[in-house]
Amino acid sequence: MSPENAPDPAPFARPQRPRWAVVGERAIEALIRLCGVSAILFVAAIFFFVLREAAPVLVRDEFSLGQFLFSTEWYPTSANNVRYGTLALTVGTLSVTALAMALAVPFGLGAAIYLSEFCAPRVRETLKVVIELLSAIPSVVWGFVGLTVMSKLIVTLTGAPVGVNILNGGIILALMSVPVIVSIGEDALKAVPDSYREAGLALGATRWQLVYRVLVPAARNGLLAAVLLGVGRAVGETMAVLMATGHAVHIPAGILDSVRTLTANIAAELGEAPAGSDHYRVLFLTGALLFLITFAVNFTADFVVRGIRRK
Amino acid sequence: MTRVPPSKPIRLALLALPAVLAAAACGGGGSQAAKPAKTIIQNKGSDTMVNVAQVWAEEYRKAAPDVEVEVSGGGSGVGIAALIKGAVDVANASRDLKPSEAEQAEKNTGKKPVGFNVGYDALAVYVHKDNPLSEITLEQLTDLYAEGGKTTRWSELGVKIPGVSDDTIVRVSRQSSSGTYEFFREHALGNRDFRMGSRDLNGSKEVVELVGSTPTAIGYSGMGYATAAVKMLGVTSQPGSPAVAPTIAAVHDKTYPLARSLHLYTLGEPQGAVKQYIDWILSDAGQKVVEDSGYVPVPPDQRAKP
Repeated sequence: MSPENAPDPAPFARPQRPRWAVVGERAIEALIRLCGVSAILFVAAIFFFVLREAAPVLVRDEFSLGQFLFSTEWYPTSANNVRYGTLALTVGTLSVTALAMALAVPFGLGAAIYLSEFCAPRVRETLKVVIELLSAIPSVVWGFVGLTVMSKLIVTLTGAPVGVNILNGGIILALMSVPVIVSIGEDALKAVPDSYREAGLALGATRWQLVYRVLVPAARNGLLAAVLLGVGRAVGETMAVLMATGHAVHIPAGILDSVRTLTANIAAELGEAPAGSDHYRVLFLTGALLFLITFAVNFTADFVVRGIRRK
Repeated sequence: MTRVPPSKPIRLALLALPAVLAAAACGGGGSQAAKPAKTIIQNKGSDTMVNVAQVWAEEYRKAAPDVEVEVSGGGSGVGIAALIKGAVDVANASRDLKPSEAEQAEKNTGKKPVGFNVGYDALAVYVHKDNPLSEITLEQLTDLYAEGGKTTRWSELGVKIPGVSDDTIVRVSRQSSSGTYEFFREHALGNRDFRMGSRDLNGSKEVVELVGSTPTAIGYSGMGYATAAVKMLGVTSQPGSPAVAPTIAAVHDKTYPLARSLHLYTLGEPQGAVKQYIDWILSDAGQKVVEDSGYVPVPPDQRAKP
């Protein structure tokens, strides 16, 4: 806006945008920036509050961090010897997650490749709707399926004494993370420019060669993100594993053994632990541990992706 | 200078305001006058008893609508501490009052605490119905459940379970916050900790269900939860003495080792509404609540006659 005061409007002045539009745009821009930054803010705040609840127990004489991380003895309400060791719970979380990923990653990525590259458009639309429906099933329903249907199947098929175990939890978690992996993986493959496909085919590659020599490498960041979100879903899932894994604190001897995960332990015990007690604080510390595990997974993956990119 | 009159909607609202206020005042006053004064009984204590106490309070509201019983848990010790301070009318306790506590209460309030036995909590040890075992000693239970125990297979107890190749014992337990867990730890394991690796379930009913569907399982739960798929074991407290089956009679004469009385304590002989409430709990209606909650009611000859 020019400062000079022309007595008559210049006949060829550029049309000015109304002031409210300019201000409004600025405001929206600021709002969007706030949304972006707020993610960091929220993560930091959550970590801070979880640690704040947990911190007082760290300086207690009865508590040792070594025991917390590396002991399998979890006796939060013992009458004569209280011990807070979470190794068995950590192993429980990792074993269920690992099994779930071993099932879900090949299955999910396979489905994503099929949907994106091999599938007729009409079939694809139907499949996508069904897969999205799968991800809309609440976790307590999955847990119920695990507890009733799956546990009976496992007992009949494997002869395991109890049907709620790592296998059950792993299958349920795999079913829960497959939709996430499929939809994000498919988006990642779709984002590869068509010129890559055309170039590949022009060089005489078969469709399969095209997929595993061109498309998967080109989309690897997105595919890794898909897998990671699946892992995150599995590590953080509570209700389904609480119902399907059998709730036994020990290092499992095989996939037909029951375990308890970090999340299920928090859910089962936090309600009964008196606020402010050591037990309560240790449960929050378990939450912080969970946070660190997911952080480590993401960080490693980021590292791996960068490593691949540099080559 | 002229005053600007309020715009039309505001004027209407101003007119309506006194009417609304008057209506509200009338309504409030009217409902208060219609409500009779309620007698409130404060009831606190044992977490084992908090569920049954809540059902008593709800059921009693039907019998005596002008009495409200406020129930809270916290543990037997918490309830007794509140009784000593005179903060509650009735304390629930799943253990006997200690002599020191009775003394303290008398010193503090000038009244002797009076106890009422209102039922029993008895745990049964459950196995699958096909398990040939019929009795177990407390020592065997400790070796099976407690930390440092060695028993992991049924063959070590001399039991062969039909149709099962892997006879590893599936130990079923409760989550550590449960009163049943603590009771079993205290009375069966002599306060030693549980061995890790038991399946810790969230409810009395779930324990019996899992044991009923697992031939190699053993579990403990309230006596009232038995089903056709499970079997209750007789329990021997001293080696050599005969096993006692968990029957209501054995609970009443205290020969069954995994049972305890449930008590209510008041300061001095109860009066008025509190007395009526306790009489009702000891009547057939109150004792039916005890039975429905999975506990053992008191024998009919000790009940209050209406």
